[in-house]
Amino acid sequence: MADYKEFLSKLNRKAYHDGEWQWQEGEYTVTRSTQYTAPGCHNSCGILLYTKDGKLEKVEGDPLNPFNNGKLCMRCENLVEAVNHPDRLKYPMKRVGERGENKWERISWDEAYETIVNKVNYYKQTYGPECIVGVHGTGRNINWQIPMLFNAGVQTPNISTLFFTGFACYLPRIVGSTAVNGDYMIADASVGHEDRYANPEWKVPGCIIVWGNEPLKSNADGFLGHWLVQCVQMGSKIVSIDPRLTWWGARADIWLPLRPGTDAALAIGLLNVVIEEDLYDHEFVEKWTYGFDELAQRVKEYPVDKVAEICGLKPEKIREAARLFATSKPACVQWGLAFEQQISCTALILAVCDLCGITGNVDVPGGMILVRHAFNAHRHYNCGEEFTLPDVAKKKLNGAAKGIAENSIVPHADSDVILRAMEDGVPYQIRMLWIQSSNSIACPAMDAPRALEAMKKMEFIIVADPFMTPTAVAVADIVLPVGMGPERNSLRNWWTPLRAQSKVSSYYEAKGDEEIVVEFGKRLNPKAFPFENDVDLLNWYIGMDGDYEGTFEDLRAKTWEYWDWDGTYYKYEKGLLREDGEPGFNTPTGKLELTPMMYFDWGLDTVPFHIEPPESPVSRPDMYKEYPLILTTGARSHEFFHSEHRQMPTMREFHPDPLVTMHPDVAKEYGIKEGDWVWIENERGRCKQKATITEGINPKVVSAEHGWWFPEQDPVNLYGVFDSNVNNLTQQEVKGQGGIGSPIKSSLCKIYKVEEGVNDLVSPTEQVIKLGGFKHGK
Amino acid sequence: MANKDDKTYGILIDYTFCTGCHSCEVACKKHLDLEKGQFGIQLTEIGPWKVNEDKWEWTYMPVITQLCDLCQDRVEMGKMPVCVQTCQAWCMYHGTVDELKEKMNGKTRMVLVTPQQ
Repeated sequence: MADYKEFLSKLNRKAYHDGEWQWQEGEYTVTRSTQYTAPGCHNSCGILLYTKDGKLEKVEGDPLNPFNNGKLCMRCENLVEAVNHPDRLKYPMKRVGERGENKWERISWDEAYETIVNKVNYYKQTYGPECIVGVHGTGRNINWQIPMLFNAGVQTPNISTLFFTGFACYLPRIVGSTAVNGDYMIADASVGHEDRYANPEWKVPGCIIVWGNEPLKSNADGFLGHWLVQCVQMGSKIVSIDPRLTWWGARADIWLPLRPGTDAALAIGLLNVVIEEDLYDHEFVEKWTYGFDELAQRVKEYPVDKVAEICGLKPEKIREAARLFATSKPACVQWGLAFEQQISCTALILAVCDLCGITGNVDVPGGMILVRHAFNAHRHYNCGEEFTLPDVAKKKLNGAAKGIAENSIVPHADSDVILRAMEDGVPYQIRMLWIQSSNSIACPAMDAPRALEAMKKMEFIIVADPFMTPTAVAVADIVLPVGMGPERNSLRNWWTPLRAQSKVSSYYEAKGDEEIVVEFGKRLNPKAFPFENDVDLLNWYIGMDGDYEGTFEDLRAKTWEYWDWDGTYYKYEKGLLREDGEPGFNTPTGKLELTPMMYFDWGLDTVPFHIEPPESPVSRPDMYKEYPLILTTGARSHEFFHSEHRQMPTMREFHPDPLVTMHPDVAKEYGIKEGDWVWIENERGRCKQKATITEGINPKVVSAEHGWWFPEQDPVNLYGVFDSNVNNLTQQEVKGQGGIGSPIKSSLCKIYKVEEGVNDLVSPTEQVIKLGGFKHGK
Repeated sequence: MANKDDKTYGILIDYTFCTGCHSCEVACKKHLDLEKGQFGIQLTEIGPWKVNEDKWEWTYMPVITQLCDLCQDRVEMGKMPVCVQTCQAWCMYHGTVDELKEKMNGKTRMVLVTPQQ
């Protein structure tokens, strides 16, 4: 597009009912709302919902909403198929057969409330609330609502995404950036401004490093990757750091296909060039930063030639990338999940924050802007934690992340410590799980077979989800049907704007998350839930807890509301960051801390470093002989959000099978052709996926998809959930400094063709659910 | 169906920036209520392969099929055709051929498509 003013001037605002949030169009009621890809994703895009007789029949993007300007991804375009899907859970149900037999009996919501509340109270009184673990997935706009239920309702300190070692998703970037900058930072694609790309203060980034993610497919963390396509159309140059060629790599000035797990070394190498070649912003460094000399000393230990060897890159390309980034003003980094999914996680985050800091790119137009949640309605995983009793809070299972936990930075309990408590009863036995919106064994559980065994030991498990999942069939005692986006009143405040989501339809007895939270909360701990309904809860969140002056109804009528703070630049000069109102950053020194005091407090190295992945050609040459390929996983696709959408015919039309990507050299070596089913195996287990062959991948690496199960298959076989599950090969309890980060992006494996009737006699699912699992651990 | 103003309408695609996100395909399928395997607009993909040591060819281009009616009903209401509206890469434009020709700049790779009208 590249001419946003032209877009705005040509937009027929009347045709899109500017100023109205609900109207009649022929036989349809149309509601202006915001939505994420049903059921989950990390954004909330403007959408027009067309309903008739309480049923969602059509959708389209809302061109008037500046967040997405009418653009929607294929999953949201497919929303009608998702919400009206016949396989959705229609009623609460209780298990009548054995776990795994998929035998259920419909119950009423009243019976569900009574049974569950009785169970919770029984476990609370008998063993203490800490024996109940609250589990929630990602996305679907639940990251304060469900913690509110677990913290304030169940009153357990043990809340987790569970089976996901090292807090390896987003939280480390938030913690790390806060240590350096005092706040979180994101690439400035004009998101803070209602007039977006036409904003007179905003500048097009001169260089964008797209690092460790494919934002076009992931739509991650409140950020639409396609905003950056606009920037590229306006002239931004790209550096792509990724073992895989992505859209960005193919259009980049420089593509750095590094060896997985070596990103921290590369980041220090970039810092080395910027400092040695004197390309940093002297004025900013002198006036606003702390710790430069110590940093400069450390980066000397990482000369470019050494870094190039570690990363498997050409030294000259690293130098070129550093020069491009440092000399483009402004420049920014779109940093992704790969930051957390390696052992050098804390060092990598620090190094990249430092890189942005010394090049003078923090809180400048087109650089890395410091952001908070709109109207300071900022509570997320910690929502409601004041209702957990102090002596119970002390029992939070948090071993490994000790230093960080002591500073109360991480609201979640440590996944690995919970796992041990489930398995061994140490330090105390976990007895009940309440899993809302997480398909544990299909998606987050590293070493998925181990997770299944651990869950089987639980006395009572609730699974709340829009669909029956492998996890629900395998272990649930009660399942609750959850409403999808158009079936709930909600709001989204991931950065800005604050966005309202309106309930416009319903599906049998499914209830929205807010309704479930209020209904159970009132029964479990009425003092903490003085709410009549979902809207009361939302009003509390934005008004009592946050600074928004209107009500949910006010917000709904506007649909979105921008918060000026996020769109303000140079906040450190203006005294907008610190509680005392003084200029500076919200850190102990008031400076941007290149070597952060908080890292020191948390027991982390305050200067960046590289640690080899625990399984790599360098660290484990013995293992590398048998498993000569680096396995990386977690790459996103347009069709799916994690383990969701596999039951959508339209998504499967585009993406029918799980895919493992490899270089033509690898395919040739192992006699594999495009479309062949391939075993991926290491000493922990195996799975099969279909080969796709491309030159656009580091030739030492194979990339396997995650989140696969097959809703079309037999539920008693757990929908074949282990057959293609790359998490048969990953492991729990391996993590980086401070218990943060895990090596999901870099382990070792071998591959070989699936030969029918020869090496596929026992399916991995059968191996796990009938034959006691893989050899590992036996 | 002839247009009221007797001009030829088309869709201009700046395929340098098409990201292959499939939004246009799904939006169109849903708008026209098409079965599996049917498309009013369908992506093609070239690559990725190396043009030279530093440059890659990896191109997506959506092809407009005979099922496309340029969203006549939507356009009459003052709305954009659904593929153009949803295009996440913001690389599609709708208008008269004369208007769209103006946008072709020789700096990026573009294709002007005129479905049967």
